[in-house]
Amino acid sequence: MTTVYPSRSGELVASGGEVVRFTFDGRPMRALPGDTLASALLAEGKHLCARSFKLHRPRGIMSAGYEEPSALVSVRYRGTEEPNTRATQIVLKDGMEIRSQHAWPSVEHDAFSILNRFGRFLPAGFYYKTFMGPKGAWPFYEKIIRHMAGLGKVPTEKPNAEYESTYAHCDVLVAGAGAAGLSAAIAAARSGARVLIAEDQVEAGLGLIGSQATIDGLPAKIWAKQLVEELQQNPHVRFLRATTVVGIYDHNFIVLAERLPELNGKGNQPSQRLWKVRAKEAVFAIGAVERPLLFANNDLPGVMLAGSVEAYIDRFGVRPGSSVVVATSHDGGYYSAARLAASGIGVVAVVDTREQAGEGAMREVEALGIEVLRSTEVIEAKGRGHVEGVRVRGRRNGKYRSLSCDLLAVSGGWNPNVHLHAHTRAETVYDSEIGSFRPGPTKPHVYNAGSCNGTFSLSDVVKEGHLAGLAAAQACGYEPASHVWSVSDTRNFIPCPPDRVPEGLNEKRTFVDFQNDVTIADIRLANRESYSAVEHLKRYTTLGMGTDQGKLGNVNGLKVLSHIQGQPDALPAPTTFRPPFTPLTFGAIAGGERAHHPLRRTAAHDFHEQAGAMPVFNGYWQRPQLYRRPGETDLQAVNREVLHVRSQVGLIDVSTLGKIDIQGSDAVELIERVYINGFRKLKVGHGRYGVMLREDGMLLDDGVTVRLGENHFLMSASTGHIQEVYEHLTNLLQTKWKDLDVVVTDVTENWFTCALAGPKARDVLEGLVENIDVSKEALPFLGAASGRIAGMPARIFRISFSGELAYEINVPSNYGAALWAKLLDHGKEMGLSPYGTEAMGVLRVEKGFFIVGRDADGRSTPFDIGIGRMINRNKHFVGSDALQLSAFADEGRRQLIGLMPVDKSLPIPRGASLVPNTPDFEKSPPIGFVTSMVYSPHTGCYIALALLEGGRSRLGEKVIAVAPTASKHTLVEVVEPIFVDKEGVKLHA
Amino acid sequence: MLINCPFCGPRAENEFVFGGSSADNCEVATENTTALTDYLYFRNNPKGWNIEYWVHRHGCQSWLEVERHTVTHEIRRTQLTKDHP
Repeated sequence: MTTVYPSRSGELVASGGEVVRFTFDGRPMRALPGDTLASALLAEGKHLCARSFKLHRPRGIMSAGYEEPSALVSVRYRGTEEPNTRATQIVLKDGMEIRSQHAWPSVEHDAFSILNRFGRFLPAGFYYKTFMGPKGAWPFYEKIIRHMAGLGKVPTEKPNAEYESTYAHCDVLVAGAGAAGLSAAIAAARSGARVLIAEDQVEAGLGLIGSQATIDGLPAKIWAKQLVEELQQNPHVRFLRATTVVGIYDHNFIVLAERLPELNGKGNQPSQRLWKVRAKEAVFAIGAVERPLLFANNDLPGVMLAGSVEAYIDRFGVRPGSSVVVATSHDGGYYSAARLAASGIGVVAVVDTREQAGEGAMREVEALGIEVLRSTEVIEAKGRGHVEGVRVRGRRNGKYRSLSCDLLAVSGGWNPNVHLHAHTRAETVYDSEIGSFRPGPTKPHVYNAGSCNGTFSLSDVVKEGHLAGLAAAQACGYEPASHVWSVSDTRNFIPCPPDRVPEGLNEKRTFVDFQNDVTIADIRLANRESYSAVEHLKRYTTLGMGTDQGKLGNVNGLKVLSHIQGQPDALPAPTTFRPPFTPLTFGAIAGGERAHHPLRRTAAHDFHEQAGAMPVFNGYWQRPQLYRRPGETDLQAVNREVLHVRSQVGLIDVSTLGKIDIQGSDAVELIERVYINGFRKLKVGHGRYGVMLREDGMLLDDGVTVRLGENHFLMSASTGHIQEVYEHLTNLLQTKWKDLDVVVTDVTENWFTCALAGPKARDVLEGLVENIDVSKEALPFLGAASGRIAGMPARIFRISFSGELAYEINVPSNYGAALWAKLLDHGKEMGLSPYGTEAMGVLRVEKGFFIVGRDADGRSTPFDIGIGRMINRNKHFVGSDALQLSAFADEGRRQLIGLMPVDKSLPIPRGASLVPNTPDFEKSPPIGFVTSMVYSPHTGCYIALALLEGGRSRLGEKVIAVAPTASKHTLVEVVEPIFVDKEGVKLHA
Repeated sequence: MLINCPFCGPRAENEFVFGGSSADNCEVATENTTALTDYLYFRNNPKGWNIEYWVHRHGCQSWLEVERHTVTHEIRRTQLTKDHP
């Protein structure tokens, strides 16, 4: 039973104003503005809010912060659902619908709690030894396990939330705005540095609310408030509240998760914002986390961390119980007991594992008339669904005693948060005084200050923060503005843990990792089965693998392990700490990225959009796929476009193809060295189709390179490979061939290029060009000319990817839209209409023009593709050495061939594998695969290009194209990889 | 990781693309089949200081020679490959 202040007030809430309405498991509830779900539940005496992961034990709220292990719920707010959210970190908003997880039908009466009785069949690692048979039963087990495993459920709706990500630079980043963080930030800011300070909680300095210390004469709480104000007034300081520093990466790249942007900025704010900060210097002042005690049923609702109970009183005016036993191993527990008593909670007793407490602590507690049981250990918490009492045992006399209570406040010490320090791959050291780990030497440009550094006395904390802030500012080149803070604090103590794990505990019910239900018995089992190295222990028991990353369990787990191994004071080093420090939603990580992907459009983009072209994305380029007319299906549109090009004339925007300008006295030398065929004798005003290889002899790219002048070439690269080809050239020129006198420039975006293709192409072109002779004699196949077209400067190359009479017209990009419009307008009466990439794909497959990266997939040599004849054996080029390797002469390699279905009415499955035509074809390993497949209106059936083992010697054979995952297969005939105009007559028209 | 481009200054790693270790890029006697296949198909995987190539793809597009520690990612030298003899 709990008592609630009739009008509740605390540092973060005040009653008398509006209430916040929300529901929990469908029940309407009310809270004060500023309440977290945890404080609102506790205010109404409701502890039980979750069931544990494996054993479905009733769980309540243990802490007041991010370290909360068990009180995980699903929050639905404004159309977005977020599972596995800590009740302690949810600031309630009007309209929130919150549900408990992992319990059915309700968290109070969970049908699966029966698993608690069978705990002994579910020890750590049980799933390595069960669910093994009978054979074939796994799918059945899997369905059940999937239903029962996990905590929250993945939401099925797209979130409504807006996410943003942003970058920032600063001189000094301070993580944490407690005493150490504020001290560091002020020191740096007063020295003139640009500071970014981030505090995980909604307000700074919450740990000082109950402090009785004074700093420079001010109560610590007021000191903190004044520093916050000074920082917020400083234009060179950015102060982010409710923002967690989740990780630090190389060279001080630090990621922050801003969970409540509306606290830090005005106007419209996203739901969450991710900050990616580059800081010259970083100060970690991220505090410490209280450590639970080990005893049976230490996971019962009503068992809470002592400092957290204080936090509920100080921050929210909530008393989580009416009669409390405080169990501790250090003076801090006494001060907690005093605070609890002052708030009106009846303190039954303080149970201390030690013989002797500090004088100050003893005095405060005795003055309040609180009984102190020294040299006494808690053995067991008792109660059904909630703590009703404890059983304790004297260490000297072994006598048991039972105490009644409805709240058990525990404190087994404080563990410094070494996470961020560990992210930098710096070491931690074991400090036997505090029985925990603290940071070892830091990497450059990083500092630790305060309790996260193992420093607990307030005076030292403030000083450490100050020195860190100064050092950081100084490292950035600022004059340090030194100050000596005068701290007066009577409550100095060392937060030590119990010196031992109590003997004779019910180990199966003593929890070490609460979230994953890992008990002392599990750790003993792991040790017995030889999983005793710390990283093995973790993975075998799942200790520390929950969403809390073991914040309350890891150090106790190491203590238990060393106790079992007989070396209770030699704790092994903890497992690797990895970002994020607290869980991040994927929305926060990736949601803002949508805005950051560049979209590349050609100069004629607006036309394509207005013409209703269906867009397709080739890398970041947006291209028109097809231009569908009313009443047409996609396939009908493509067939129409294809037929039209071969019978009349079509126009396609091919600006995305790569163009590299090559100039210099060694231009031809460069080209000779990268292409497999010769270019030295290419005449000015002519182009040649070239193929380039990687060093290992595989096709890299192909395209027509045009000689514009004696020492001037324009190289073509495919849309998908321009980046690679350009870097291939610059790499060679800047590493191996530095002596070549040649400059290469990527001019892809400087030119708008369109292809006019079809029997009437020349007719259309003739009427628009000025002073260029485009007759067959003057401009033969692969010829190049420059001049003007419709008043615009142009280069015209007779290149064809469709196999028809075709001209590639290039104008500077800013003329692109005008040229496109002019061509279509001029050509309309001759039947000119646009076609898209889909039709282009059909046309090129009909002609057997391969695409590197598709028909040649990085494992194909020129011989494999059938262009071995192109190789110039008189020169050395990139890849020529590799081609000498005997393996590449093997005629059984996969070679490019064509396929047609034997039954011409059938399609060939897309991406199908090829297998021999045998009755048991379904079991055959593949002997090849389909690389490109289209419907060819000119052939009247589906056609394909494919790579087939020894393909060229199998012409006329029948094989089966099979796509097992789609349950499709078709009998196909191996043919030459060309289906239309095999003599190439139209090309040379 | 921050890489100090001689033209552009210190820029984030994602503006660059890794271009292999310089040790894997040396001259090789191509008549020797073993040497050739080693060169084509095997890579060293050094622990410690490594000299490697990066290209500033989303910046000036220059090729850089970088001396980086493969464990700590500390970088102690960046230079244009053109300037390295």
